[in-house]
This record gives sequence, C-alpha cells and structure tokens, in this order.
Amino acid sequence: MLVAIYVERKLAAFIQDRLGPMEVGYKGTLQTLADLIKLLKKEVIIPQAANKPLFVLAPIWMLVTVVTAFIVLPVSNAWLGTPTSIGLLFLLAMLSLKTIGILVAGWASNNKFARLGAIRAMTQFLAYEIPLGLSVLCVIVVCRNLDLSVISFQQGLDVYNMYQDSIQTAYFLGIKGLDISHMGGFLTWNLFRMPILIIAYSIFFLTSLAVSNKIPFDLAESESELITGYHTEYSGIYWAWIMVSEYSALFLMSIFGVILFWGGWNTPLPNIGPLKLALYTNGYPTTWLGNIWAFFWLFTKALIFVLIQLWVKWTFPRLRTDQLIRLCWLYLIPLGLSCLLATLWWQLLIL
Amino acid sequence: MQLRILLHAILRLGKALRLTCQHFAKSIKARSKANNSIYLQQEGNSITLQYPHEKLPVPSRGRYKLHNAIDDCIVCDKCAKICPVDCIEIEAVPAPDVIGVTSNGMKKRIHAARFDIDMAKCCFCGLCTTVCPTACLTMTPTYDFSVFDVLEHKVPFASMSEAEIGEKKQIWDRHITDKGILAK
Repeated sequence: MLVAIYVERKLAAFIQDRLGPMEVGYKGTLQTLADLIKLLKKEVIIPQAANKPLFVLAPIWMLVTVVTAFIVLPVSNAWLGTPTSIGLLFLLAMLSLKTIGILVAGWASNNKFARLGAIRAMTQFLAYEIPLGLSVLCVIVVCRNLDLSVISFQQGLDVYNMYQDSIQTAYFLGIKGLDISHMGGFLTWNLFRMPILIIAYSIFFLTSLAVSNKIPFDLAESESELITGYHTEYSGIYWAWIMVSEYSALFLMSIFGVILFWGGWNTPLPNIGPLKLALYTNGYPTTWLGNIWAFFWLFTKALIFVLIQLWVKWTFPRLRTDQLIRLCWLYLIPLGLSCLLATLWWQLLIL
Repeated sequence: MQLRILLHAILRLGKALRLTCQHFAKSIKARSKANNSIYLQQEGNSITLQYPHEKLPVPSRGRYKLHNAIDDCIVCDKCAKICPVDCIEIEAVPAPDVIGVTSNGMKKRIHAARFDIDMAKCCFCGLCTTVCPTACLTMTPTYDFSVFDVLEHKVPFASMSEAEIGEKKQIWDRHITDKGILAK
C-alpha cells in the first residue's frame, strides 16, 4: 500500500514534468511512511453537529468491506484464499457494500458538499454496477463456476486438475478442436479462450475505474469541485482509512480483473513442444517454488494493470454526472448484453 | 455515423494516453540532470528546482544582505543618517589623532565602538551603499539568511572588545580635558 501510493505520486509527477517526493528517504521512498506517521498523530476533529456514531462508523465500514473482499482471492496455486463456491459473488457484494459506507460518510458529515459527493457516488454506483455485473457474467458463462480459485485453475495447464469435475478443456480461441490444455501459457487465459472477452474486459476495466472512484469517474471525490467530496470532514486517521480503502479497492479490482480475464496466477509462457516453459515457470502446486512463481505472476500482472489505471487517471479529465450515466446506461449496458449473448452462443456451439 | 464518431473519440483518447506516456518516458530518461542554469532553459525534463541542492544564480549586483568591511569604515555616520528605516546603529569613539588609513587613502580618526545593522528592518534600498565614501558598505548576493530568533538578524560589524572601547574612551576624555586646560 505504501509502495502503491509512492508509485502513484512519482508516476503522476513524471507525467506532469515534475519530480514528486525527493527529500525523505532515497529519492522520496520514505515519504509515504512519513505521511502515515503524520496522519496517525493528527488531531481527530469530529464536527459538533455531525452524527457521531455514523461519522466514526463510515470509514471503518469502507475499510472493512474492501479488505474482506480480499479473502476470496486465490493468490497462488496452494493459497486459495477461502475456497467458497460463491467467491465471485461475495467479492461483488462486498464492493457494493463499500458504497453504502460512502453514503454514510457523506450524510454523517453534516456538510452540504460532503452530502453532494455522497449522492454523486450513489449515482455513479447505480450507473456502473450493471455493466460490471454483465462483464463478470460473461466470464462466468465461460468458466461455469463462481469460485475464483476454480477459474484460476481453468486458465492453466491441465496438470493442475485439483477440481476434476469442473475443469473445462481449453480450446484456443474457442475453436473446438484446438485443444491446448497441454500447452498452458497465455494461450489458456480466458481472453484467448474466448476472444469476445476482450470487449468484456474493456467494460470491466472502465467499471473498475468507477469502483475505486478514480478519474475519469471521480465524482464522489471531485478534488477540485467539491473539496474532496464525501470525505471533506475527515482528518487524520479516518482519512487515512478512507484512502487505504480507496487504494485497496484499486488493487482489488486489478487482481480481480487479472484472475477473471488474464489467467490469475498462471504463467504467460506456453509449453512449446519439449521446452515445457509453462511447467518450469509455474511449478507444481503446494511446492515452495510453485507458490513463489504463482505469486510472482499474479502480482506482476496486477501491478501492470494498476499502472495502467494510474496512467489513465492522470491523463483524462473527469466525467460529468450525466456523461457518466449516459456512458454506462446507453453504451456499456447494450455492449455488455451483446457481449454476453455472443459468449453464450459461442459456448453453446462449442459444446 | 455514430460509429465513426465513436472511433474518432477512441483514437483521440489513445492519442492522449500516448502523450502522457511520452512525457513519462522523457522524465524517466532525463531524471538526474542538474538544473543550475537559466530557469526556462533547463536540461532535464522536470521544471522542479530542488531548492537547497540546486539554486538559481543571483547576479553579483543583487541587493541582498549588507556587509561592512569595518577596517575601511571612517565612521562618518552617513549611512545611518540616510537609512529610511533607521536600521543602522553606530556608536562612535573619536580619537585625537589619525588611527589608520582606509584602502582608498582616507584617514580614519574615529573608532567604531558599535556598528549594528538590523537586517530585519532593512528594506534593501541600497541608499547606504550609495553614500558610503569609502565603499566599505556593500550589498552581497546572499539571500538565504533565515534565523530562529529575530534578534539574531541584528548583525554586529564592529570588532572592538569592551576593554578596547574603555581604553579609547579614556584616551579621548584625557584629550578633551587636556585641550580644555590648554584652551584655558
């Protein structure tokens, strides 16, 4: 988390032709730690007319829901998170609950601007929730399973058949007959198993920006319009919790996207003939090396997408409320629905 | 028609992303070039000047902190008189005879017991340097002289100890009384 904040500040600085934190630590690496210590020792100001129980509850709520969603992520072939059979649904539900936390924060602050920010966050939530659900539904149609660990296993070699009854044979590009379960690598990733998922992924990417309130879907915060929106009244440690929940949501959506579309913890190197690269770079489940490899691939891919999200954040301006709603309802929902239909047809044709 | 507009929009978004990426790449490549030159013609890509490590050059005739070469001072009190904010405080002890010569040939007949310039009051107009006959009072290009206690801004330039001041005062008093006796 500390690293993510530091990386974001340096990235933003370099894009804007300036230097970012340079003084604290080597080239500013300890800056986030210094900021954290500062926030911890700051005076916590609760406005007199604010609804005290709700005011204190809101950041805790946001943090708890987002961090709880991390439980179901399979981090490696042996660390499967909590292997619930409805892991995906649990994650989506937790993300939806986070928005209630934003609403509580805005309401309890007794501040017009905070309330406006919270209302806008709710509007944003209503707008992006359906396209998000649709894009995830496309993946569920391909994988026939809600368990995130099963989805990760399906995108690898068939050596890892821990779930014998629910494994699907991977056909390259969804063409029946090109069975590449033995090859593994990026060829078995969901995106390449079902190329229509590229459209689903682009919808997912846009809505993941909306989930973590990142520009261009920055309505709730609107740092230049609403003076930080729903968390205007929060100071010190509460603000730190809200910031942590925001960055955690960013990270969560990146890992989630990687697991659904880009192969989870599987390696991008395929087994080409005698050169069993996929096996080498993925190891066997429950071995130390296997764990390290899987961890490495998952986080590398997730970090690449975090970087892309940050890149997008510092390039584009913010969307207005009506532009956001128009985008999500008029464009993303039909696109998502047609993508879902196409995926269904394709899946039926294969089987 | 709508599709064409959409494609145009997506291409423009892509161009925007490429632009930021170029800026980023340029910044990464030109990361640690020193920026000690003219502000608008820097070598690196960042426009940040990391202040204590890199400073913009100050012209040598910049009017910043005052400095008095006390050995050249003839204690004429012109600077104290012309100062618009009365930041120069001089206490003079006259001497009966010539006590030295300044670097430009003028004879010194007065000791400077105290020569304090209060930089907190100074308005950096430079009038004192204009009227100084020996050019001992100059403005240096030092602009960064912040202190923790405002009283530390009162810079003393005189270099006479208490004993010396007492001694010179005694010499002058004796000279006055001698002259008085002689006049009588």
